[in-house]
Amino acid sequence: MSEIIKTDVVIIGAGPVGLFAVFELGLLDIKAHLIDILPKAGGQCAELYPEKPIYDIPGFPIVTGQGLVDNLMKQIEPFGPVFHFNEMVGALENVGTPEHPSFKIETDGGKIFECKAVFVAAGGGSFQPKKPPMVSGIEAYEGKSVFYAVRRMEHFRGRRVLIVGGGDSALDWVLNLAPIAKRVTLMHRRDAFRAAPHSVKQMHEMVAAGQMDFVLGQPCGIKGADGQLTSVAARRDDQSEFEIPCDDMLAFFGLTIKLGPIANWGLNLHENLVPVDTTKFETNVPGIFAIGDINTYPGKLKLILSGFHEGTLAAQRAHHYVYPDKKLTFQYTTSSTSLQKKLGVA
Amino acid sequence: MIKVTYTDSTGKARTVEAQVGATVMETALRNAIPGIDAECGGACACATCHVYVAPEWIDVVGKASPMEEDMLDFAFEVRPTSRLSCQIKVTEALDGLQVTTPAKQG
Repeated sequence: MSEIIKTDVVIIGAGPVGLFAVFELGLLDIKAHLIDILPKAGGQCAELYPEKPIYDIPGFPIVTGQGLVDNLMKQIEPFGPVFHFNEMVGALENVGTPEHPSFKIETDGGKIFECKAVFVAAGGGSFQPKKPPMVSGIEAYEGKSVFYAVRRMEHFRGRRVLIVGGGDSALDWVLNLAPIAKRVTLMHRRDAFRAAPHSVKQMHEMVAAGQMDFVLGQPCGIKGADGQLTSVAARRDDQSEFEIPCDDMLAFFGLTIKLGPIANWGLNLHENLVPVDTTKFETNVPGIFAIGDINTYPGKLKLILSGFHEGTLAAQRAHHYVYPDKKLTFQYTTSSTSLQKKLGVA
Repeated sequence: MIKVTYTDSTGKARTVEAQVGATVMETALRNAIPGIDAECGGACACATCHVYVAPEWIDVVGKASPMEEDMLDFAFEVRPTSRLSCQIKVTEALDGLQVTTPAKQG
């Protein structure tokens, strides 16, 4: 059992809305930890469209997804948010009372948090790897010889590894695993890659030097027993099939968004969204707030700017749970010395 | 009136009327055609509106752009006739277009 991490608010989801909530909470002296299933901050902005321009952020005529995330990270720096990446929240329960809630949160990585309020800023849910749909029963192999991410490199030492995909994840792991695996084979549907050009060049050089293999094709079946692969069947563009003997398959087909464990937290759900009231963006469970794309209310628009507003009002209400005996006075960052001190500018 | 036929992976065909300027994806959603998810809403960012264009229509419809090819990496069972239907705009020339939806979107 790991040590319990105690904090004021846990924010589930480190997308733009979760990040800005850190700012609004910070102004009210409320500390926050953020948990995200992705390996980095930014949510969809950083994962789906880092290079795509956004035109409707007030004050930014044009900003890229990554640019917005970078600026938000800078903006919340004074408040020292703590990030827990690559973690998915599994269980969330109120171990306090409805008047004085206290939440216990457990992640799939075994981290345990205790906090006074929870901000669910999970967008469409959690990003999960797409699974190749070609085989029924692939689940029996997952975590044993079929993987969608590398958690432990040592597993692959001395094994025949098939890596499927054409982006940076696939190419990076080709290059990292080739020296320790018995043999690495890269399979992609075409001879063009989305990965960084220098990685692709390096891969081609290794193929030319006979250090690894590259084959064109797409997976269409697997063979093995008791969770251990023996080979993967693949199909070429002309629909002819062939087999690749291997001990492990690493498949990188990108991510899809699933609601995930949110459905088990006792929150009311309406078509996979969490209804909230629009005065404080609190859910049906006192102390649990839902902000950004995950929530719904009359007139809801899934816009980043709406999420900023929602987090701001939620922070005001969260103050009540974190400091039940303190009165909250509204202040402006332009004029309040105390706010400016918190921002490190006064 | 322009007609587009969507055939699902079991062979069931549905022919609907399409408007010039709408995409083949939008036309499918408006007509509740199953088998097209379009999670991202047409931004060429998800590969869940994958269709196979009938071979005789490929030259009229045209090939995928490089960005669309990149997104097709995230689709399954991609074939030379694969396209993302959000990137195909309906024109007069596409009257009678036939597409097949895959067994599974992303």
